[in-house]
Amino acid sequence: MKKIIYILALVCATSLTYAQQTPAPAQTEAITIEGATAHLGNGKIIENSLLMFEGGKITFVGDAKMRIARKGTIINATGKHVYPGIIAPAKSLGLVEVDAVRASDDQDELGDMIPHIRSLIAYNAESKVVESMRPNGVLIGQIAPQGGRISGTSSIVQFDAWNWEDAAVKVDDGIHMNWPNSFKQGRWWMGEERGYKPNDKYAEELDEITSFFKNSMAYGKAAAPEMNLAFKAMAGLFDGSQKLYIYTDGEKEIIDAVTLAKANGVKEIVIVGGYQAYKITDFLKENNIAVLVNFTHNNPNFEDDDYDLPYKNPKLLFDAGILVGIQNASAANFQTRNLPFYAGQTVGQGLDKEAALQLITGNNAKILGIDADYGTLEVGKSATLFISEGDALDTRSNQLSHAYIDGRNLSLETHQTELWKRYMGKYEGQK
Amino acid sequence: MKMRLLVLTFLWCSSYLFAQDYFPKNDGVKSKNNNYTAFTNAKIYVTPSQIIENGTLLIQNGKVVQAGKTVSIPKNAVTIDVSGKSIYPSFIDVYSDFGIEKPKRPSRRGRTAEYEPSREGFYWNDHIMPETNSISAFKYDSKKAKGLLEAGFGVVNSHLQDGIARGTGVLIALNTEGTDANRVLDDRSAQYFSFERSVIKNQSYPTSLMGTTALLRQMYSDMNWYAQGKSDTKDRSLEALIANKNLVQIFEGKDRGNDLLADQIGDANGIQYAIVAGGDEYENMAEIKATGAKYILPLNFPDAFDVSNPYQAGYVSLEDMRNWNQAPLNPKMMSDNGISFSFTMHDSKSAAKFKENLMKAITYGLSKTKALEALTTVPAAILGKSSKIGTLQAGSYANFLITSGDVFEKSTTLYENWVQGNKTIVNDINVKDIRGDYSLYTDGATFKISISGEISKPKVEIKQDTLKLTSKISYANDWLDLSFSTDEGDKVYRMTGLVTESDELSGRLILPNGKESFFKADKLKGFEEKEKDEKDKKAPKIMPITYPNIGYGYTSIPQQETTLFKNATVWTGEEAGVLKNTDVLVKNGKITKIGTNLNAGSAKVVDATGKHLTAGIIDEHTHIALLDVNEAGQNSSAEVTMEDVVNIEDMNIYRNLAGGVTSGQLLHGSANPIGGRSAIIKLKWGESAKNMIYDNSPKFIKFALGENVKQSNWGSFSRFPQTRMGVEQVYMNYFQRGKEYDALKKSGKPYRYDQEMEVIAEILNGERFISCHSYVQSEINMLMKVADKFNFKINTFTHILEGYKVADKMKEHGVGASTFSDWWAYKYEVNDAIPYNAAIMHSQGITVAINSDDREMSRRLNQEAGKIVKYGGVSEEEAWKMVTINPAKLLHLDDRTGSIKVGKDADLVLWSDHPLSMYAKSEKTMVDGAVYFDLEKDKLQREAIARERNELINMMLQEKESGKPTRKPMKKDKEEFHCDSL
Repeated sequence: MKKIIYILALVCATSLTYAQQTPAPAQTEAITIEGATAHLGNGKIIENSLLMFEGGKITFVGDAKMRIARKGTIINATGKHVYPGIIAPAKSLGLVEVDAVRASDDQDELGDMIPHIRSLIAYNAESKVVESMRPNGVLIGQIAPQGGRISGTSSIVQFDAWNWEDAAVKVDDGIHMNWPNSFKQGRWWMGEERGYKPNDKYAEELDEITSFFKNSMAYGKAAAPEMNLAFKAMAGLFDGSQKLYIYTDGEKEIIDAVTLAKANGVKEIVIVGGYQAYKITDFLKENNIAVLVNFTHNNPNFEDDDYDLPYKNPKLLFDAGILVGIQNASAANFQTRNLPFYAGQTVGQGLDKEAALQLITGNNAKILGIDADYGTLEVGKSATLFISEGDALDTRSNQLSHAYIDGRNLSLETHQTELWKRYMGKYEGQK
Repeated sequence: MKMRLLVLTFLWCSSYLFAQDYFPKNDGVKSKNNNYTAFTNAKIYVTPSQIIENGTLLIQNGKVVQAGKTVSIPKNAVTIDVSGKSIYPSFIDVYSDFGIEKPKRPSRRGRTAEYEPSREGFYWNDHIMPETNSISAFKYDSKKAKGLLEAGFGVVNSHLQDGIARGTGVLIALNTEGTDANRVLDDRSAQYFSFERSVIKNQSYPTSLMGTTALLRQMYSDMNWYAQGKSDTKDRSLEALIANKNLVQIFEGKDRGNDLLADQIGDANGIQYAIVAGGDEYENMAEIKATGAKYILPLNFPDAFDVSNPYQAGYVSLEDMRNWNQAPLNPKMMSDNGISFSFTMHDSKSAAKFKENLMKAITYGLSKTKALEALTTVPAAILGKSSKIGTLQAGSYANFLITSGDVFEKSTTLYENWVQGNKTIVNDINVKDIRGDYSLYTDGATFKISISGEISKPKVEIKQDTLKLTSKISYANDWLDLSFSTDEGDKVYRMTGLVTESDELSGRLILPNGKESFFKADKLKGFEEKEKDEKDKKAPKIMPITYPNIGYGYTSIPQQETTLFKNATVWTGEEAGVLKNTDVLVKNGKITKIGTNLNAGSAKVVDATGKHLTAGIIDEHTHIALLDVNEAGQNSSAEVTMEDVVNIEDMNIYRNLAGGVTSGQLLHGSANPIGGRSAIIKLKWGESAKNMIYDNSPKFIKFALGENVKQSNWGSFSRFPQTRMGVEQVYMNYFQRGKEYDALKKSGKPYRYDQEMEVIAEILNGERFISCHSYVQSEINMLMKVADKFNFKINTFTHILEGYKVADKMKEHGVGASTFSDWWAYKYEVNDAIPYNAAIMHSQGITVAINSDDREMSRRLNQEAGKIVKYGGVSEEEAWKMVTINPAKLLHLDDRTGSIKVGKDADLVLWSDHPLSMYAKSEKTMVDGAVYFDLEKDKLQREAIARERNELINMMLQEKESGKPTRKPMKKDKEEFHCDSL
């Protein structure tokens, strides 16, 4: 029997290089993490903390000096840090495996206004790219279709699952829309200048959006003889059960987007991108608009901009009192594991470290509407969290020893760690 | 009398010019007109600086006989009194396409590139067409000629503007009455070159600027070789090039960088081109002057941007705003620097726009003498035709303008343009100047009529009291038609009358009720130039030029300073490791002392307490500061060098400095198995390309393997290689040929110089190093084996994402690795790329560097090094070396830079925090002892940019208000280059 297990393990070890890690089983025993610095994800920090979770839920968060019974397995995490799982908004993780291989790409469907296109059913829970998120603490993502004007409907998933049903945290949570640009790049391949010029069709493009919103709303008000999938898919925006994620960067475009969407009955609006949102924070506050600001590792959009404007943009919004999170929608999916470092970058710009953490945990959860369960270390919430040897927002010290989703103890191995071990093993064997 | 004179002149003109002595005549008797014509009492500009007041110009048979104060007028002369008028030599345009149809791009099916030439018996590259003779495409265009004559031109030098080597041009006198027998002054007037491919040819090479320069260099070398009779085959292109060698050589540069590049190519081949300038030469006068070239200057100053919408104004960069503000200064600056230049209408939207810009250049301080020279004597000199055109000296063609006064004043009227003694009337010289204010009483009301504008094209304004009325004027052939309406257009008054010698205007009046009457308007006063025009004459405030001349450019180039960094944590990158509380002294651009409590002396002291001092970051693989990245027209492009295309105005240089980067290898892209040669630069923001490129730069070339070179990810199926198997054979073939070439060259036997083979031979001889873009283990192994076969070593594998799989073999070969920290999953060949790659290779003793290949990541390479601590547990010091001394080693620069060691270049960064941390910022970045980035200065720059933008926006708003044309706001697209950018 032992032998069989041994052989099995060996087979697994070799074949694992080409398959995903096996999802962790449900939490059966309570876990206690003691002595760590707990970063709660809501701006608060508890040094020498005590954290317990059971049945996938956090049952206690407090000071380790508390005289209270430690339950289940006790992990001594003295000198270590515990964080809520990082949340990645607006990504196509699991919808494309290798960017340049068309056969592996399921992120962009034909059509311009296709809110009925749903990401969830194409989400590949066994993606090697998804798997590589976990060792850096990125445990949850909003998976959104790409392209077109209205790209489709996203769902929120957790990153350790057998299949998409298993992965789903919030199904069909929001609709994603690329706002027109009031400046447009010349079609250089047709002999036009490469530069950006005012978009003559901007008003027309806005009109198309208005018309689509109005039709969608009208459609919902009576029993239609024939079903219109696209109009029907918009219903959640008008009753507030779904959010509208509008991707846009310019000051003018943001104002237009919010005004138009509101005027057409959209209840919950989130700006994704928001490069110039810092210029109109009063407007955003008045309208109660959250911003998923573009990740910090970008060049400035304009030549004369401060070299560090993308670095400090989240801070500018945070300081102005906007509900702000960080997304990296425009980056390659694999980059999403760098979310903690995008947040870390804002610390160099003077943002408090706990606030920086909030940008990718508590705030992202709030903006995505999953804050009842995720994003912070609070009693009653899901035990989706990780332990790092050091400061998780800095590269050198982002070293995970444990990670949990809903209390399930995840494997931190990946296709990549296996190749690492395999080849180090080869060279060590040669010595 | 007037009428008779006109008729006479006409007869006389047409009679002689058609006559060619030896042509038989069957429609009448042969007759010749040898009469003289004398223009008397004129102010004559014989040359721009030789001016005769009240002089006489005597011409005969289309040539100037004499121009002078006292000229004895022969009896058989027709005398024309032009008192009060001025006579100038007609203008010359050296760079025209007059009479030659503009080549059109043929519509093409499909997008597959054509690699082969379309011609036989000509040069191997279709864009080299020196055999083109524009005369065979030339057809005199009377309509266009009329426009040019009206703009004051008498002679244009035209050519077929297509291709890189364009063949010969043709010099044309705009003598519409004549025939090509008279007008064609020279049918091989010059030979032309440009950096632009032919639009009618489709051969893919060259796709880039550096490919074009390489092609030109090879072309000249082939010309010399061919001239020695070494070729077994016939090449009509090279033969033409040889035949055209002694002509005037004109090169279209089109911007100041290209001007210099063209001049370099010329210098290497003993040719001095006249260079068609771009208009931005003012940014770099010293180097432009040093070319010694004569310049041909288009006058196409940019319009102001319409910045009335503040949001849209945000899209316009300071660079582009400044360009609007500074460009009109270019002619003056060139003149002030003693650079000889002519003007051309090339690139001007219209003759009117050309004239407007000419006036503008004068407003900005260009002297009228220089302006006139640029339109007459200089173009004549460029063409080597000074004795025939450009002046009114005896023997020159009788090409001249008669004007009402100073040709560079707006109110001046050009009456006639004579070419080869043939007159074109632009404006009737006898037309009466009716401009002025008049008073008209009719129908019980008084109206004030103001006539202004040009003499023959007057404008009118009619007022009843202070109310401005809708009105119209037309004035031709001495008849004046006027109309105006009152009562919001209900009542229309129409007038028509012959203008007489009298000061008043009078004639028929038709009243609104249809009744006919007479009118008489008394002149109140004559016409005076308005003050507005005076205001126009003042040049606006001109913003100072910075280095480079874009946002964040410095008003002067940073200088070396003796600097003492006091009490820093010093990351030496040497055996000494990290030294706490240590001082570093910098003098004359070098690190001179490292120690504790160093004496400052006269040094500027920087308190570095709590801060970290490191060597500057070196990016082994970057594509910033380039104008182009791939020469994709062939599968080998060893002949190209990135040193030809360094772009000093790339903001990424500044942003990289802000990220602590001080040196970079600007690599060719990865389109070809054999790429191009590198430019290795120091990031000296504001310096010229020449000063940024390392002195004695180590020689490098980019190679590439895998998906990009086999063109896997785009629809191209016609170029070899399409597989990794083919890639190997490209190398085998090139290295074998390089070996044979080198052997032949060393044998002393004659050989054809081949830039590509020269470079391959350098590699074989260990004089040039390869940095090879590589991903999967099979190809990495292959290239090392190819090198082994030819007895040389690969220097660096760059990207090398599967290097960890063959680290032992790499170690054995002795190759270094320059990789990404954590990139993968973007294409099939990076499926097995892992962030532990650097750590594994390092553990096997390979020299490992972390590079960017990305203009954004390049400014955070310190953080990327931090990731190497995370992935694979490399020590902090070793990780830091991966962005400093290790890339220096790979680039053979480790004896100069990359660590903090006495005697090395002072390329240093002062960090606010641990340099590998996400939280660290560069506070100062020093290159060769001069601070090129300073956090404090950066703050001041931001404020200065905001102020200057605001000032320029206000100036542009005023420009718009004053009715001047504006253009839509625009943001230039600065292409972001990666390896695979085409």
